[in-house]
Amino acid sequence: MRVRILVLFGLALLELTGPGAAVAQSIHSTIQRVQSRMVKVFGAGGIRRLHAYSTGFLVSPTGHVATVWSHVLDTDELTVVLADGRRISAKVLGAEPQLDLAVLQLKADGLELPAWNLASDSGDAGPGTRVLGFSNMFKVATGDEKVSVLHGVVATKAPLATRRGSFETAYEGTAFIVDAVTNNPGAGGGVLTTRGGRLLGMIGKELRNAETNTWVNYAVPISEIRKPIEEIIAGRYRARQREPEGVDEVARFRPLDFGLVLVPDVLFRTPAFVDRVQPGSAAARAGLQPDDLVLFVNGDLIQSCRVLKQRLGRLEAGGVLKLTVRRGDRLVPAELPVPAKSSTPSGEKSR
Amino acid sequence: MSLGNGSNHGLGRGLLLVLLATTWIARPAGAVDPAVLAAEQARVAVVSRVAPTVVAIFARGGRGGGSGVLITADGYALTNFHVTRGAGTFMKCGLNDGRLYDAVIVGNDPTGDVALIKLLGRDDFPHATLGNSDALRVGDWTFAMGNPFLLATDFHPTVTYGIVSGLHRYQYPAGTILEYTDCIQVDASINPGNSGGPLFSGTGLLVGINGRGSFEKRGRVNSGAGYAISINQIKLFMDHLRSGRIVDHATLGATVSTREDGAVVVDGILDASEAFRRGLRKGDEIVSLAGRPIRSVNQFKNILGIYPKGWKLPLVFRRDQVRTTALLRLRGLHRDSELTGTPKARPRPGSPRPKPRPGSPKRRPSRKAPTAKPPEKYKHLHVKKPGFANYYFNLQQQKRTLVGLARLGDFSGLAEKWVLAGKTVAGEPYQFTLGKSGAGLDWKDKAFFQPLDKGDPVDEPSGSGGLLYAVHQWKTFLVKREKGFGTFHYLGSEPLDGTGNRVDVMITELGNARCRWYFGQKDGQLLGFDFQREEDTDECELRFQGDVVRDGRHWPKTIQVSSAGRPIGVFRIESVQMKQETTR
Repeated sequence: MRVRILVLFGLALLELTGPGAAVAQSIHSTIQRVQSRMVKVFGAGGIRRLHAYSTGFLVSPTGHVATVWSHVLDTDELTVVLADGRRISAKVLGAEPQLDLAVLQLKADGLELPAWNLASDSGDAGPGTRVLGFSNMFKVATGDEKVSVLHGVVATKAPLATRRGSFETAYEGTAFIVDAVTNNPGAGGGVLTTRGGRLLGMIGKELRNAETNTWVNYAVPISEIRKPIEEIIAGRYRARQREPEGVDEVARFRPLDFGLVLVPDVLFRTPAFVDRVQPGSAAARAGLQPDDLVLFVNGDLIQSCRVLKQRLGRLEAGGVLKLTVRRGDRLVPAELPVPAKSSTPSGEKSR
Repeated sequence: MSLGNGSNHGLGRGLLLVLLATTWIARPAGAVDPAVLAAEQARVAVVSRVAPTVVAIFARGGRGGGSGVLITADGYALTNFHVTRGAGTFMKCGLNDGRLYDAVIVGNDPTGDVALIKLLGRDDFPHATLGNSDALRVGDWTFAMGNPFLLATDFHPTVTYGIVSGLHRYQYPAGTILEYTDCIQVDASINPGNSGGPLFSGTGLLVGINGRGSFEKRGRVNSGAGYAISINQIKLFMDHLRSGRIVDHATLGATVSTREDGAVVVDGILDASEAFRRGLRKGDEIVSLAGRPIRSVNQFKNILGIYPKGWKLPLVFRRDQVRTTALLRLRGLHRDSELTGTPKARPRPGSPRPKPRPGSPKRRPSRKAPTAKPPEKYKHLHVKKPGFANYYFNLQQQKRTLVGLARLGDFSGLAEKWVLAGKTVAGEPYQFTLGKSGAGLDWKDKAFFQPLDKGDPVDEPSGSGGLLYAVHQWKTFLVKREKGFGTFHYLGSEPLDGTGNRVDVMITELGNARCRWYFGQKDGQLLGFDFQREEDTDECELRFQGDVVRDGRHWPKTIQVSSAGRPIGVFRIESVQMKQETTR
């Protein structure tokens, strides 16, 4: 009897407010709750279309931020801007490049911040689930302005690695693929949530298929990164071992074997610029200089740092390395002897 | 609806389960939730209601185009400046009734990227209802409508649906003077050709004009971040746009930056600015502008960016713990040549990442507008004049506004001599004598004089901003109207003295002297005027109160005079003598 009355009362309530109103109410509070736990990350970049900003989310009230591992973090001057506009310096506490994950620590004491509890706030979702994406894409928000929100649907949950070859990505595990344009410049480290605000995943870097010039929008499930995050915070994390090298990726020599340090390989196709030349090295003796752009190796066109490393990896001991570099407006040839053997253990992946 | 966050209360959970069970049982497998169907029906209804107001704009000669939205029954429609810029003075507009209408340019806002056009040939156009964009919340549903990629050959608008991703966004100028301030960010697809089209709220109210997106690597197509100019900004400019002018945005004459502690402080100020004259200096902290607190540089730009040049805004600033409030008239952001010439970037602090914007499908509409001949039937609806998009519409607004002046009575020919006399409210007798070669004032046992046959206006009485010349300008305005001035046009509207009711503003200029005449928007009554001797000097402000009829002519009962925020006096008009012009 009591139950029936309650049901009637409940139905009447639904009639009055309507499901639409209830949803509308919750979506605004969901967005506000999530936005308060998001941060904007500012670091290295700003040249050659490399953005100097990304997104992160607070995973502890004392100031731990999970974010995407990228060139933005490659600096001593890392700044995190909280949702309320406070600017706080940060350092990289730990990282797992294979998961594209980094954890930052804010350099401030006595913080009590709104943060995600990864154990109780996260969840899982299948295809068709309506989701929200939160990030500071395009650096639209500054100061206390809130990060952008997109809406969409989980298209599938599948391993990114199935697309390997067309999409070059460090992360090869399972990912949420969504129909919203979540993975924009600076969006990496943002979050994907349900419309109820349950944390599903961390938005990854931009990912482009070189053959079709299409882009995939994905997020790494929290279930994949929760443990590493917790272990990094606890100070007992050890980075994963890389998988054994494939047959086609021999790496007998590295740039360093010739005294060459290339610019960080952060783009899909990073131009093979020389960052530094080690004094006294073969490269130095051949007259190579910082900012030289390597164009040809033994007559083959070099499109990127990655290709250069592959070519060097396949060199035979005792031969000659013929380079053509662009220096300003000039093309400069250089010849370097290939040493007897690499200073690094053979078989190690060169990137 | 989140069930996971439900009440921990046992009874509540039980109730929820029962409710779920009830709905589960009531619905056959595969059936759609009635709430989903209802929401769909509601969307369909909104789209069919507002779609007739969406305009497909084509440049004459078929050179590109964009979108727009009708806002009045007589055909006024909003679009982007970067759509009309390439389209010329007359364009063709398609509605979803399948018909093509002629349209003419009315007004341009090159900085805000807004243009007002008028569709011709009907007085019963379907039109959108203006909403309140400040009432939007992040997460609200919106419809973007328009003609992306110029797909709709039958003029039925394309509809995209998305949520508000961010509010009060600031988008730096992108290689031009276009600057999006306080704009609405949506994830509804905004693509080239959507430019100028409406952003509707979930209930179909017009909340913005779509015009821009963040594109970087993926080509000029939607990448999840579209931007709309808020309708509340456009409302502030609406009468300015109706004036047929090329309108400008505003600056304080000061630049700001963020201090270490997050405070927004003045880091540069023009000595000539009114802000400087009211005491604002480098290093002062900006507390609020237009009643809105300032917490970031973007926010300062957002607030300033939505106001037209010439409006008065209250500014609160702090120095050494002392707060000062000043009412400031905003300076123009650009020189006239910048507005009427090719839009170019102006130097700006920092080096923001440029963001391309969706334009007409043609990447760069050439500066030269198409030279196609205007339609014979409508060619009288466009009048060329420097500084104006279409002077025809200014003439119409002048005619409307000056009805209020005609009601004051016939002053024509009464230029020879005026004597206005009485006492101020402080009991001091005064007398203005306005002749042809000079104007004099006897007041407080002193005589003040302003020669009129030669020389510039002087600040007499000293500190009044030039009350004598101001009163002479009033006489000229009443007697000679447009014949008495070098420049004479309708400006638009503004809140009287920054916070009062909206008034229509007429501008007169004679040499360097400039007057702003204020007419009540409801009754057309002349409420007063501000006189400025020359640029960057304090104005003499005269406000009329009361209405007394003498010899069939209406006079104010009192004139309240102030300058630079200080009262000068309140003059009761007790007697008026006027002499007919005798010569010529």
